[in-house]
Amino acid sequence: MLIGGAQMAVGGALAVRMAYISIVDNERYVLESESNRLNLTLVPPRRGWIVDKRGKALANNRVSLRIDLIPDRVKDKAKIVTDLERLLGLDSDTVQRIRRDLDKSAGYQPVAVAENLDEARYASVLVRLSELPGVAPARGFARNYPAGAAVGHLLGYVGAPTAEEYQKARDPLYVTPGFKTGKDGLERYFEPFLRGKPGAKRVEVTAGGKVVRELDSQPDTQGQTLHLSIDGDLQEYAARRMGRESGAVVVIDCMTGDIVAFVSMPCFDPNSFSDGIGQQEWAWLNGDTDFKPLLNKATRGLYPPGSTLKPMAALAVLEAGVDPAERITCPGGYRLGNRVFRCLGRHGPVDMPTAIEKSCNTYFYTMAHRLGYDRIAPVARTLGLGEDFKISGANQRFGTIPDSAWKQRKYDQAWSASDSLNAVIGQGYVIVNPLQLAVSTARIASGKLLYPSLIARRPQIVTSLPYSAEHLGIVRSGMDRVVNGNGTAVRSRLELDGIAMAGKTGTAQVRGLASGSRGQSGARRFRDHGLFVCYAPVDNPRFAAAVIVEHGLGGSRAGAPVAKDIFTYLYDREAAMASLAALEEGWGGDIPTRMARDFAGFQGLSIDTSAVETP
Amino acid sequence: MIPVPQALRRYPWGLIATLAFIAGFGMLVLYSAAGGSFTPWAMTHGLRFAIFLTMALIIGFFIPLDLIAKLALVAYAAVAVLLLGVEVVGAVRGGSQRWLNIGFMNLQPSELMKVTIVLALARFYSGLPPAETPRIRALWPALLLIGIPAALVMLQPDLGTALSIVASGVIVMFLAGLPLWWFVSVGVAGVAALPILFSLLHDYQQKRVLIFLNPEDDPLGAGYHITQSKIAIGSGGLDGKGFLNGSQSHLDYLPEGHTDFIFATMAEEWGLIGGLALGLAYFLLLRWSTRVALGASTRFGQLTAAGLTMTIFFYIAINLMMVMGLAPVVGIPLPLFSHGGSSMLTIMLCIGIILAVQRDRSGVRRPFG
Repeated sequence: MLIGGAQMAVGGALAVRMAYISIVDNERYVLESESNRLNLTLVPPRRGWIVDKRGKALANNRVSLRIDLIPDRVKDKAKIVTDLERLLGLDSDTVQRIRRDLDKSAGYQPVAVAENLDEARYASVLVRLSELPGVAPARGFARNYPAGAAVGHLLGYVGAPTAEEYQKARDPLYVTPGFKTGKDGLERYFEPFLRGKPGAKRVEVTAGGKVVRELDSQPDTQGQTLHLSIDGDLQEYAARRMGRESGAVVVIDCMTGDIVAFVSMPCFDPNSFSDGIGQQEWAWLNGDTDFKPLLNKATRGLYPPGSTLKPMAALAVLEAGVDPAERITCPGGYRLGNRVFRCLGRHGPVDMPTAIEKSCNTYFYTMAHRLGYDRIAPVARTLGLGEDFKISGANQRFGTIPDSAWKQRKYDQAWSASDSLNAVIGQGYVIVNPLQLAVSTARIASGKLLYPSLIARRPQIVTSLPYSAEHLGIVRSGMDRVVNGNGTAVRSRLELDGIAMAGKTGTAQVRGLASGSRGQSGARRFRDHGLFVCYAPVDNPRFAAAVIVEHGLGGSRAGAPVAKDIFTYLYDREAAMASLAALEEGWGGDIPTRMARDFAGFQGLSIDTSAVETP
Repeated sequence: MIPVPQALRRYPWGLIATLAFIAGFGMLVLYSAAGGSFTPWAMTHGLRFAIFLTMALIIGFFIPLDLIAKLALVAYAAVAVLLLGVEVVGAVRGGSQRWLNIGFMNLQPSELMKVTIVLALARFYSGLPPAETPRIRALWPALLLIGIPAALVMLQPDLGTALSIVASGVIVMFLAGLPLWWFVSVGVAGVAALPILFSLLHDYQQKRVLIFLNPEDDPLGAGYHITQSKIAIGSGGLDGKGFLNGSQSHLDYLPEGHTDFIFATMAEEWGLIGGLALGLAYFLLLRWSTRVALGASTRFGQLTAAGLTMTIFFYIAINLMMVMGLAPVVGIPLPLFSHGGSSMLTIMLCIGIILAVQRDRSGVRRPFG
């Protein structure tokens, strides 16, 4: 019968269709079913630690509880975001970002909702997981800097990769929530070394995104440990000792050239960046143009070095054949043509060590005029001033050690005698960074051509400076007398048995000498910088340091006391900590306390202004 | 061979075995779909099967076909009223509703209408002298009988069931001997009118039809059902992934894995072999009912059995075409296999009435009486 036949035909067709799907297309559908069922999730690798020279962690990882969203699994985007906003107490910035990310993304690529959750909030999401399709809680790791702001400029920070980085790398790891790349400093420079290899997790998931079981997982390989030459304790002490000032401290090991402290203050807290810094905190850091917490002053801050260059100049003068015992009478200034270059005092007849001790400008004006700066500049360069050191991660500005050729090239003008006079006292065209000051001091102190390094390295063969030991000794004796004789930094003499510090103060004018103002009063930004270079112990130099306190008025007043405490810390921690404790009490607490209060003040201020703006 | 007592031989054991195979297989699949649990589906499925099988046997063996014929139009009217009732309740409560809760199950009057439309039309044509069939008098009452419930079901809106009602009705009209050219011309007109009909559909129904035509357009949206169903069937291969091992159904990728898409759930775990076994069982069922129709002694019996056979076939064919991506997703369950009371009730009613047709010999006697 017709109908029966038609039914048979349809039935046959259906059987064939089924056979076609299940036999011919079987492979394709098995694959699709597997890709439904299984999810390969990348596990971001734990970043390698960064440790100091004793193996103490400067950067490690801590467990971070995080919540992500799997766009594919989300049924109702608007609702899920509202639910999470309520459960996790997300702020409006975050909610907007999540909405934006959700709209942009599709598929299984997770969208980060929140990280660093406390147990309570994390648990509040965990228990409601069945009502929150697409929400994926995870235990990850976040970068942790135990010393906080003290290591910010040294280590840099990490952050989520940018869209451009992903475009360039085309690596799915870059869009895995929780994955961070180094953004600055050593974290960025050693990114490939610190990154490690991601792990992978194959999980069976339901259509709702719930993980049924973990099928297999390949653990991540942690990045390698980076050993620094830094002394973590000293680094932190130096950072704290800077107090409320803006400036830099670089301490160098005089045996090896290793940088043991590398501080620029004030600083951001790199922990804030690894959590994803808030807009307000960023505005607060970026908006401080007086103290510039985002600028690494140790290598990117350029300062006229002032009198801290006098030991170098003395060495150059000696190398030029001048007798150190030759006395120059200082009447309180030096007349060049019809212009008088002033000295800080009326020193009378001074020989070279005394000129260093008293920081007598007249002596050095005389010598510079006699020899010309072209005979001093090479010594400055040999000592490392104006040099672009190849130290990892630190993007430097290396300043200028001028000479006549340089001026001709740069300004198409002939070098003048007054240029020499300005340059010899570390003003005029001379501009250096704190690292260079520390290196040059270490080279004078050790007599060796030390090369700085932030990374722990094998003992190097260090060549000697091409200068006579006798000349170096004369310069050092001058520096000794600065602190321990009758010099400019006697108030910062170390109160330690048998260990003395030698140094040289510097007070660098921010405004040109010709302006007439002495930079000792008035607006902060016009005040003189206080610099101090030093080394200790005097008889067998072990460490050399450079301290710059921006607008600190003077080297003996602002720089030397900091250096004194730092060196005290190296030999007598208890005494140094006691003096720091007293100081921090006056400053209103340690670094995190002060930063928290300042930030709160900033927020209060910005809330106030917005309140005023809105009628 | 063991002699079977006459009393037992009266019962259609082959048919019962076929039905039990389908329902039992359904239970297994439902057990698996629930993640290896008799609740919530497999147990009720088995219970309903037992109840409705008993009902079918009672109808088949204790209710004379004459009585069914007499009650046909009354039953039709009663179900039509129920359909209207659903519509009214739906309108009162707001939103569409298809079922009435009658305690142990939700009754869909539209399902019962599939049976009663066949009975009513069979009754109408069996009372019509053969000479009248080419006349318009043979047409308009039938069209009215089909049109009213079909329109009500469309309002629910339930495109699949409406089509099913129309198809069963039209088959009865065809068997009644109405001129072939009527059907052909209506068919041609229907094809021509497709775009207009399409525009009358609800948005979501239009979407389903469009998606059916191109499911990969939107694999995560409206095409999801078809795509996932094909993945389930296709990944099953020849012999399936094994009982309780279907990932598509167990991990909820397959929507409606216990009702409309149960065939995909089954095929994933049992493969082509399971599908062919089930197909064979349906073939045996339909062959039996077709034979009953061919051997029916009365015109009412013949039209009824053939119409009901078509109803059952329509269920199976549309459902399988749907899960294999050959028809739009219209929401028709697989007879005796899908979890659902109304469709099982309908199918068992069909089978009971076909049994009654088989047992009825009144027409044979008539020439001699």
